[in-house]
Amino acid sequence: MSEPLRLQGISASAGYAEGPLFDLDQIAIAYACKENAADEKAALETAIDVATGRLAALIKIADGDAADILEFQIAMLEDDALSGPAFAAIASGHPADAAWRQALDVEIAGYETSDQDYFRARAADIRDIRDQVLRALTEDGGVQAPSGAILYGEDIAPTRFLETDWSGGGGIALKAGSTASHVAMLARSRGVPMVVGLGVVGLGNAPANLAGIALLDAEHGGIVLSPSKAEIDAFRQSSSLFSARRDRAGIFLARPAVTRTGIAVRVQVNIADPSDVDGIDIATCDGVGLMRTEFLFGKTLPDEETQYRAYRKVLEWAGDKPVTIRTVDAGGDKPVPGFTVEEGNPFLGLRGIRLSLARPEVFRVQIRALLRAAVHGSLKVMFPMIAIVEEYRQAAAMFAEEQAALAARGIAQQMPPLGIMVEVPSVAIVPEAFAEAAFFSIGSNDLTQYVMAAARDNALVAHLNSVRHPAVLRLIAAVTAFGLREEIPVSLCGDAGGDPAAIPSLLEAGLRDLSVAPAQLAMAKAAIADVTIEAQPA
Amino acid sequence: MSAAAEATVLITHEVGLHARPSVKFTKLAKTFAAEVEIALAANGPWFDAKSIVKVMATKAPKGTVLHIRASGDGADDAVDALVELVRRDFDEGADHVRTA
Repeated sequence: MSEPLRLQGISASAGYAEGPLFDLDQIAIAYACKENAADEKAALETAIDVATGRLAALIKIADGDAADILEFQIAMLEDDALSGPAFAAIASGHPADAAWRQALDVEIAGYETSDQDYFRARAADIRDIRDQVLRALTEDGGVQAPSGAILYGEDIAPTRFLETDWSGGGGIALKAGSTASHVAMLARSRGVPMVVGLGVVGLGNAPANLAGIALLDAEHGGIVLSPSKAEIDAFRQSSSLFSARRDRAGIFLARPAVTRTGIAVRVQVNIADPSDVDGIDIATCDGVGLMRTEFLFGKTLPDEETQYRAYRKVLEWAGDKPVTIRTVDAGGDKPVPGFTVEEGNPFLGLRGIRLSLARPEVFRVQIRALLRAAVHGSLKVMFPMIAIVEEYRQAAAMFAEEQAALAARGIAQQMPPLGIMVEVPSVAIVPEAFAEAAFFSIGSNDLTQYVMAAARDNALVAHLNSVRHPAVLRLIAAVTAFGLREEIPVSLCGDAGGDPAAIPSLLEAGLRDLSVAPAQLAMAKAAIADVTIEAQPA
Repeated sequence: MSAAAEATVLITHEVGLHARPSVKFTKLAKTFAAEVEIALAANGPWFDAKSIVKVMATKAPKGTVLHIRASGDGADDAVDALVELVRRDFDEGADHVRTA
């Protein structure tokens, strides 16, 4: 029996979880061999299907030569002659990854030895096919975390979070990570306990601690491995106290949000995936203040129909209440294969609206889906990472062009109000340059990181990354006052909106419209009810 | 019912039977029930014309005389259609329009 081992980090999503550790880093390294040849065969079949599906999705946005190459790769993948030798090797006892690699390497060698440039160049295509299937094998053929497990590792990919079944409990404990990462936001919105910044020292020296039960205290940001009986008892007590507190906040959920002094505050929700709304009663919120669209863009680029259906689902769920959809905010810590570019400093690079304007063929698909979905509810659309007004104008012009094109084809559509995210300091400092936007939505996460020059995903500078720093609050107050004066609606959709510690400062800065993770709705309303601000903002 | 057919055709496409033509060739071959094979010489070896892996592996360059043979239902039609496709340069001439 190992000695208990305590590690301290930072809470990224409050809550408690007790369960076995599931080592994320181990599974990322290698393919997990299956028990028998039949399972190996099934794993390879699945991986080929997954790889084919990804290519098929890519074809929809590719054109010319790129589409031809993709079509060729799909045809190769669908040909039994390509996979035949691999399946034969599996039948004689080889694991799927080695069997596939060997079979494809033979094929690749055949092209490499060609005396014609054209056919020699095809070796790269076959290598690409080989690697796509290997990637699918190690990702999806890998072990799934057991229900209720605590996922432990260096960091965790959003797709891994989304693929995990959280209905049986469980949590996330990361050596690095960040409270402002995309997964942290997802964890808060789904109520999954999560701790980041645990460091690497402790566990590396004590692999024995990895076996057995761990206690994740994501209220205070700690984890205990190989806990003693006394620790387990204390943990369970804290856990039930936390649940009780959360339940008390629950009574505020069904009520409109009002401060102690009687000032009404609109509280909307942030969602990432259309299915997020399934668990939310629309009566408990004032609409959707932020619908992210990056996760539609998970592994591949979604087509117009997929996007249209996703947007329409949320609009119909919201009924009369507004739904603010943000155009794709890829880049930064949210890479999308086949869309974003590799950059040394991605947070200051080609992300958000910059990327959308640089890839109009991808952006226009989203624009059309939004214009078509707009007829199904009260849609508003906002652009992320606006730094200069020309970006807004260019995006708005593309909306107008696509609207005209849809109208010419007789397709039902409607132009939604077009607003901007206020998250680049150039906008927060000079909001009057953006007065033509229909509304402002303050993205406090990015605004804070850019004002404080402290990365969202770096635990070492977490103490600097505070929305309550006077510099950040002053900008928020200025933008809010400007909006009030010019009758431009201003809301806030960053994590600060749902943070009970930050809510008093935000209301003091003049904000009356917050958008929070669904899991924080009750706590946010409870926190608003405690605020004692007096007058309406000037 | 069974039938057999065989024909030859000259590949005139600039880079030969490469990726895009191979996709078209095998797609067309698959629309026929007959067994269809290709070879670079009259005496073989013969390769399955419905397998892009096999067709590409012939690495047939411009100027190759492609042998096509088929047996079974619609063998004649299969050989005729495939010969026509190669003769038309796989529809990659100026009048060819990509459907996105």
